[in-house]
Amino acid sequence: MAIDCLILGAGQEVGKSCVVVSINGKRIMFDCGMHMGYLDHRRYPDFSRIPNYDQGRSSGSAFDHAIDCIIITHFHLDHVGALPYFTEVCGYRGPIYMTYPTKALSPLMLEDYRKVMVERRGEEEQFTSDHIAECMKKVIAVDLKQTIQVDKDLQIRAYYAGHVLGAAMFYAKVGDSAILYTGDYNMTPDRHLGAAQIDRLHLDLVISESTYATTIRDSKYSREREFLKAVHECISGGGKVLIPTFALGRAQELCILLEDYWERMNLKVPIYFSAGLTIQANMYYKMLISWTSQRIKETYSTHNAFDFKHVKDFERSMIDAPGPCVLFATPGMISGGFSLEVFKHWAPSEKNLITLPGYCVAGTIGHKLMSGKPSKIDLDKDTSVDVRCQIHQLSFSPHTDAKGIMDLIKFLSPKHVILVHGEKPKMATLKGRIQSELGIHCYDPANNETVSIPSTQYVKAVASDAFARSCLNPNFKFLKSSSGNGLQVTDERVSDGILVLEKSQKPKVMQQDELLLMLGENEHKVEHSCCFPVHIGNIESSERSSTGFWLRLFSARLSDEISAGIIVQDFEGHIQVESFHLSICLKDSCSHRITDDSQNKSESVFCCCTWSVEDEKIAWKIISTMKNFNLNPGQQDASNN
Amino acid sequence: MCHCYGNFSTGIDSESFQTCLSKGGGFHFPSCHILSICGFRILFDVPLDLSALTIFSPIPNDFDNLDEENCGCLESDKHRTLETTTLNARNLVYAEPCYKTVKNLHLWNASFIDVVLISSPMGMLGLPYLTRMKGFSAKIYVTEATAKLGKLMMEDLVSSHMEYKRFYGDKESVCPQGMKFEELDQLPPTLKEIALGKDGEDLGGWMPLYSAVDVNDCLKKVQTLKYLEETCYNGTLIIKAVSSGAEIGACNWAINSPKGDIAFITSSIFLSGHAMDFDYHALKGNDLILYSDFTFMHAMDDLDSGFNSAPVTDSIRSLASADISEERDKLAFVCSCAVDSVKNGGSVLIPIDRLGLILQLLEEISTALDYSNMKVPIYFISSVAKELLAFTNVIPEWLCTERQEKLFSGEPSFAHAELIKQKKLHVFPAIYSPELLMNWQEPCVVFCPNWSLRLGPVVHLLQRWCIDRNSLLVLENGIDAQLALSPYKPMEMKVLQCSFFSGISLNKVQPLLKILQPKIVAFPEDLRQISFQESTPFSILHYSENETLAIPNLKSSELEIPMELATQFHFKKLKQEHINVTRVKGELLVSNGKHQLISETKQADQLKCRPVLCWGSPSTDTLLAALSERGISGTVEGDTVDLEGENVSVVHVHEPNRACIKIGVAITVVTTADEDLAGRISDAIYSVLDNA
Ligand SMILES: [Zn+2]
Ligand SMILES: [Zn+2]
Ligand SMILES: [Zn+2]
Repeated sequence: MAIDCLILGAGQEVGKSCVVVSINGKRIMFDCGMHMGYLDHRRYPDFSRIPNYDQGRSSGSAFDHAIDCIIITHFHLDHVGALPYFTEVCGYRGPIYMTYPTKALSPLMLEDYRKVMVERRGEEEQFTSDHIAECMKKVIAVDLKQTIQVDKDLQIRAYYAGHVLGAAMFYAKVGDSAILYTGDYNMTPDRHLGAAQIDRLHLDLVISESTYATTIRDSKYSREREFLKAVHECISGGGKVLIPTFALGRAQELCILLEDYWERMNLKVPIYFSAGLTIQANMYYKMLISWTSQRIKETYSTHNAFDFKHVKDFERSMIDAPGPCVLFATPGMISGGFSLEVFKHWAPSEKNLITLPGYCVAGTIGHKLMSGKPSKIDLDKDTSVDVRCQIHQLSFSPHTDAKGIMDLIKFLSPKHVILVHGEKPKMATLKGRIQSELGIHCYDPANNETVSIPSTQYVKAVASDAFARSCLNPNFKFLKSSSGNGLQVTDERVSDGILVLEKSQKPKVMQQDELLLMLGENEHKVEHSCCFPVHIGNIESSERSSTGFWLRLFSARLSDEISAGIIVQDFEGHIQVESFHLSICLKDSCSHRITDDSQNKSESVFCCCTWSVEDEKIAWKIISTMKNFNLNPGQQDASNN
Repeated sequence: MCHCYGNFSTGIDSESFQTCLSKGGGFHFPSCHILSICGFRILFDVPLDLSALTIFSPIPNDFDNLDEENCGCLESDKHRTLETTTLNARNLVYAEPCYKTVKNLHLWNASFIDVVLISSPMGMLGLPYLTRMKGFSAKIYVTEATAKLGKLMMEDLVSSHMEYKRFYGDKESVCPQGMKFEELDQLPPTLKEIALGKDGEDLGGWMPLYSAVDVNDCLKKVQTLKYLEETCYNGTLIIKAVSSGAEIGACNWAINSPKGDIAFITSSIFLSGHAMDFDYHALKGNDLILYSDFTFMHAMDDLDSGFNSAPVTDSIRSLASADISEERDKLAFVCSCAVDSVKNGGSVLIPIDRLGLILQLLEEISTALDYSNMKVPIYFISSVAKELLAFTNVIPEWLCTERQEKLFSGEPSFAHAELIKQKKLHVFPAIYSPELLMNWQEPCVVFCPNWSLRLGPVVHLLQRWCIDRNSLLVLENGIDAQLALSPYKPMEMKVLQCSFFSGISLNKVQPLLKILQPKIVAFPEDLRQISFQESTPFSILHYSENETLAIPNLKSSELEIPMELATQFHFKKLKQEHINVTRVKGELLVSNGKHQLISETKQADQLKCRPVLCWGSPSTDTLLAALSERGISGTVEGDTVDLEGENVSVVHVHEPNRACIKIGVAITVVTTADEDLAGRISDAIYSVLDNA
């Protein structure tokens, strides 16, 4: 069996994340995002590529038979943006899973996007407000670490991913095969969120984001200090700070940062939020406090970190009011709306400051400001704005860096890795590192490619009671290692087990005695024996006729010569090593004696040995040692083979 | 995820068994069990019987006027007579109170317990006694929400008790254990039964209250879980908390083990007005259900009619929605009584501990007051009130569907935050808070948990209002109101005692089990008198308090072998042709409750070959043929008799070297001094014998 991954989006690019994974007969769609950079059909994943997508069309439920469930990792539009389109326009009616915060916050993001599209661009809307509401009704909210049984065979589980509030990595297991889809994640904590957390899982595949596939970042705190310094300098000079952001995520993170700083520096300059949207968003953050960082969680009952003390509502009339202030305005990247309106008023003054996120989509004012330092920006053919204000680019990102990706993959040690959500050349570099440094198969497929990897399967055998009992009790053997030093520990619990396949029955594991019982047979032992002379030379000793003397002598020698920690036991009358059994043979003719011995019997002692086949190696080693026995150990080596 | 190579437990494949340590007593005093499976001992819940607090006298109203004449001082008042039919304050134990734990738990050595599972905040109140015991090292699992609520309840208990202690000074607390026997003997029968139990054995269960330090240490030892989060104990048990609906964070337990899958069902509520509903779907298909919802005991009146009366075809959902509307009616009735009292200038005292009731009554009473245009303040007085209310508005994941919907529409889960903002609700840590005294206004509605009416603000307020016939006292069921109110006589207040749902009613047991489809159900003995309407597809066991119930084998164990490993095995077809066998190779991994075989990571020195098991007996003809295939020639000597008198055939080998093969009934002995030849002869013998 194989795991097939169809990359419908975010293959060698960032945007419209969407991977359709088929495992053991189940098909899961991970993320259903949109691409912000396109306005045509390329903005959505090409859903018609999903195998058997229209099998259910006759019954009016396209995709219902093709997809068993959709999993959305977080509320960013490149992960959830196409969902209302897919459910309400394409007609998928199956289950959709996301975390509580993602379910609460996604509609805000979608509605914001829809408005911008319709109001600013005058576009025909792809989906309506009702579509968003209807779509969200189909969503089943999950908490972290819950094992959710989608159906009898399919299990999913969310793990904390950092990145944004409610972002999760998702584990999915069908039968014996399991995969992890990371979505976007952050391996270091920030102001308001913790770092990603995952269990050590047995995985066939990890599908990981790779936004910063080759970047290694230094401490976040120095970057935060730079930002605060820029803001402080601006307001001390009586300037105004414009922070264009989306309502969710960055706005809260920066606001916590500023609140802390205002408190510490005892600043009184007002901080404003432009739209009701952000205020409303804070309401959600307050209720979802358990999804934030440890520090914020611990202090919520005395002070909820999202109860911003210094933050006030902003009104349009305040744009030209005198005095310094800090304003959060939507949308981010200054792609239109209120942030653009404020920008027009504030950009011409060199006292003012505009902060920009690390990444702006081409075509936005944000993107223009980032590329070079334009002194004038044309808004349309009639209007232009003089830009004299300061520009500060935020350099902190909620994505993991390359070290974080490598750490995660090393920790999980899956059999295969697929990289998505990154830039092609950088992904190739990271893929090389994963293969060479970690020895894990890695792929970086382009959009609409399918990667097939083998899946794990187990044969499930019914264990007999006796076998199960022996499994509960370890049977450790300690062996002195011949190669290197120290003890070798082997657990021989299973070596007595026999796997039995009987026609039209489940495989069974039993102990060997049980097999005989089942077959109605008796054991037939196979033993070896050999009675051979050991040359002792013509020595005179009062003790030479005593068997005890020879046994002690032999046993001492064997203990020296036979390595591998095998214990030579010197019993009364015989020497024993495992099943090998040696005694001094005083009989004139012994049935175990097979060779005619030319050696002088008076110069030999006969050793009578028996052993079972499993110890044959050690038996012959002992016999060869004994045959080369020399009373004087110094001369013995030369003849030893 | 956890795994371990080898299991170092002391338990050697002991049978599974269960012991019920206590049936408990309703919502506030859950039952307590020990289950032993796979050699591990699992303890379910460590509650306290807070109803027993009623044998103690509350702090007297007026400290200065205290004299031995009117307080029920045990030491001095030796002349009490047993004729007292009506209880009053004189009969109560006048001492710093002690707390009644599950006495049978003390019979267990704490170090023998491997796992403790806490099902509700109430099931946690006795935990600090256990965790501070010497040798206690069990793993404790609690849901996150239960851990938080349990912490707050224990802290409130400790702080209310401190108030008591301040009054009594540093005198040692007097446990009934420490009381002289004749003193106990003089207690009225009702009190005596509480103190000693029916058989006089309960005496050992009384303990002085733990300290705040004990509570903290206890909480440090707890491992918290989400609902449906799988945790693995010792590689063997997979343990999962499943919402029970009884309270925020309350849960039933699903335990998967190599020996079988077990569901532990404690008091569960199908549809809740605040907590996440009873998630019975997650308990489907287990081998054993340990049924521990004793709600039916406290609603015996519907015992005869209830169990079979509901048509099994009724869906659980419709049965449950009837319950929730009944519950709403009860809340509405409480509200209307409260409004009536306030209208008459009386105050309303609500010493209810059930968080769900507090949260819903806060909302409903304030709505009812608004509706009747009554502007009276609502107070919530408790050392943990502020934290409790803040907590309930940041845990939407633990709430019922209706409350979760509020999150998705951007509203707070509960209205109390808004009520505080509107200054309709005032929250104070204690009755002596200066802010409270400044703010105090009567008539008012007061929530002040401590349903035993012996600790905390309720004592003072009852003493203040008990003579006011316009005031109203709202009590939960499950408490002996006569005893609880005995120190507040004469009682002029109106008393409304309401019975709220606290578990599965009898008419839902059968439809529930029909859905869950277990193989075996273990019911309490008290349910024996009820027979099922139709024959059940599962077998039924019954357990009694403090008796050990052996649980039959639930399922056969399984060994999982990775396909890539299994395909490397060399299967051998036996002469019974439909059977193929192979020796199992690999290392055993006990992980996530499963036995898995993994490829051997380290090779032991291969001095020892795999043992080979042979059966059958070789005939000399086939053996000679097999030998000659391997370039060995020999002659048969014919049957001889060996020393033990058994028939033996002997084959003499001449080429390539000398050897002798003696074939007996149960053993073949190969004698040769040639190592290579010995190996080839073994091969030949194996080829003519069945072996594995
Ligand atoms: Zn993202
Ligand atoms: Zn993304
Ligand atoms: Zn011999």
